[in-house]
Amino acid sequence: MKISQKISPFIRNLNIKSVSYLKNHFKGDDIFKLVSALFASSIFLLLGLMVYELVKGSWLSIQTFGLNFIVGTTWDPAISRIFGVLPLILGTLVTSAITLLIGVPISLGVGLALSEYAPKKFGVTVSFLVELLAAVPSVIYGLWGIFVLIPFLRDHVYPYLKAVFGFIPIFSGPIYGGGVLTGGIVLAIMIIPTVSAVMRDLFSAVPNSQREAMIALGATKWETVKTVISYARSGVIGAVILGLGRAVGETMAITMVIGNRFQVWPSSLFDAWYTMAAIIANELLEATYDLYISALINVGLVLLFVTLIINILARLIVWRALRLTMGIARE
Amino acid sequence: MKTIYKAIIPIVIIAIVVTSVFAYQYLSTEQAITLNGAGATFPFPLIDKWAAEYHKIKPNVQVNYQGIGSGGGIQQHTEKTVYFAASDAPLTEAQAANATNTLHIPITIGGVVPIYNLPGIPKGLKFTGEILADIYLGKIIVWNDARLTAINPDINLPNQAIVVVRRSDGSGTTFIWTSYLSNVSPEWKNNVGRGTSVNWPTGLGGKGNDGVAALVQQTPYSIGYVEFTYAKKNNLTYGHVQNAAGEFIEPSIGSFAKAAEYAAVTLPRGDASWSKVSIVDSLANNTQAHGAYPITSFSYILVYKELNVLPNMNEAAAKALVDFLWWAVHEGQNYAADLYYVPLPSSVVAHNEETIRLIKFNGQQIRK
Repeated sequence: MKISQKISPFIRNLNIKSVSYLKNHFKGDDIFKLVSALFASSIFLLLGLMVYELVKGSWLSIQTFGLNFIVGTTWDPAISRIFGVLPLILGTLVTSAITLLIGVPISLGVGLALSEYAPKKFGVTVSFLVELLAAVPSVIYGLWGIFVLIPFLRDHVYPYLKAVFGFIPIFSGPIYGGGVLTGGIVLAIMIIPTVSAVMRDLFSAVPNSQREAMIALGATKWETVKTVISYARSGVIGAVILGLGRAVGETMAITMVIGNRFQVWPSSLFDAWYTMAAIIANELLEATYDLYISALINVGLVLLFVTLIINILARLIVWRALRLTMGIARE
Repeated sequence: MKTIYKAIIPIVIIAIVVTSVFAYQYLSTEQAITLNGAGATFPFPLIDKWAAEYHKIKPNVQVNYQGIGSGGGIQQHTEKTVYFAASDAPLTEAQAANATNTLHIPITIGGVVPIYNLPGIPKGLKFTGEILADIYLGKIIVWNDARLTAINPDINLPNQAIVVVRRSDGSGTTFIWTSYLSNVSPEWKNNVGRGTSVNWPTGLGGKGNDGVAALVQQTPYSIGYVEFTYAKKNNLTYGHVQNAAGEFIEPSIGSFAKAAEYAAVTLPRGDASWSKVSIVDSLANNTQAHGAYPITSFSYILVYKELNVLPNMNEAAAKALVDFLWWAVHEGQNYAADLYYVPLPSSVVAHNEETIRLIKFNGQQIRK
């Protein structure tokens, strides 16, 4: 019987007896199903409302600039009042990519070390510390970035990078300390706790039978670990998406270290750049006219769509990966 | 049964305590008036100090000010959700049209100062407006540029690239700074302009006064700009700036007050349009403004002339608000200097008295 069919007699018999009716005819399972369906659909409602509000707020900007908003490379609130976000989209994507390049291998290592290699007591302690790191607010990472990491990188790391790899254009140019690479490093440090905690759980959840089977076949430790990674592959990609989500949307820490320079393409990894989330946080409070505010909300809308596209692409990769493994299994 | 009583007793005690606390609050604060305000972050420490001091004098009046930024303050003022707003810039014509009959009350004066990080070079480096504009345009790129060394003959400026630092967030500080650069450089005026944030030709962006200060302190051979109060509290190295009279002026409470005095002569009536009021602009061509620091600005409190337009306003609250404003522009100014704010010169106080007398409730003048 469907839930709706059960509800209508329930409403008709709305008296004291209905309590016993409820007990007899309306099982806990059904109530739970209804409630969880309600919660699940609230996600659609929330997202719908968010898109509605963002479109409403950015309507003026959409009308004024149309698609030029996305491909435009000028952000001039003072004189021409023209707004275009291509540099911000590029800045967001590139810093996120750098973040993943640095953060994912380290997270993978932390996850594997904790689940496969570390003695149990040590593993538990480090896991606790990793989870503690995940709770540090982003502004703390930003401050640490300005006062500790930037001077360190500027004086002790970047000059050597430039000396050794300076012939590659991305490692040339003036060194300020802050910039694209610094932003990527700070973001990587921020995503490592979350991503590595998820990875550790994933690897711990791989059944021991898998490991035993590999060892029984005479595999080395490293070959066994490879099987473990492969077994948890779709989850690992999920964890990477989680980290990517944080990198794309991170505001406070990135704006404190990236240098906030609006330009289409930086001259090197040491140069300053800008991201979408950062410009909203920076300029919304003192945006002084309607089109300006609308353009900033429009940035939020574009950010939402960029996140959506990244997520869809990532899902496609997962889907492809799963199909591939199944194909191999059939052979 | 006994166990039930045991459980009930603490509940009853808690209930009595909670009820009596609420009852006490209700009875004792029956006459309490809360004056809600919001706006610029620049005068926040001063208004916050006023709130605390005024509460000592008038225990039933609570001033609640939130530093959410000038833009947010003007918006809340327009939507009539606060009793007063504070802004670093006067309302533009368009903003004033949305909030008709708004009075402008200058409550304090601030200055924006160039700060720099040159190892071994103390404060007092001299700048002209043109030089500052060209540095921020990316045209002067080294510290030992001929134009800088010409006006600083005693200082051995290094042959190092200038790292330009500016605000990344929208701010009244940037508005004052870019207004000044627009006045002294036609190129700046035509290509970059003035605004709470602009299309910067060069430089690194720091968030807030603290962000700019941190970047400058962390980056050798950099230059930035911050509010004077901020530079003073954090002991930053700041320079002197040339005014239209040709003097290199050290930023100080005295030189800001001088600037305000020259500007006060031309202040419009409290209920007229203030969109053109700017100390920076009025000093731009004033070659007689001796001793005045050129990058100076008023910070304003905005109130409605007819307080009836506010939905939650009553006569007692209207009177409390007017009394507070009157106190703020008189006794309140005594607290300014300790916090490195500039006390209003007497000419501006006199002007504010006229403005506060314009405030009405139900058509009745409140302060006579």
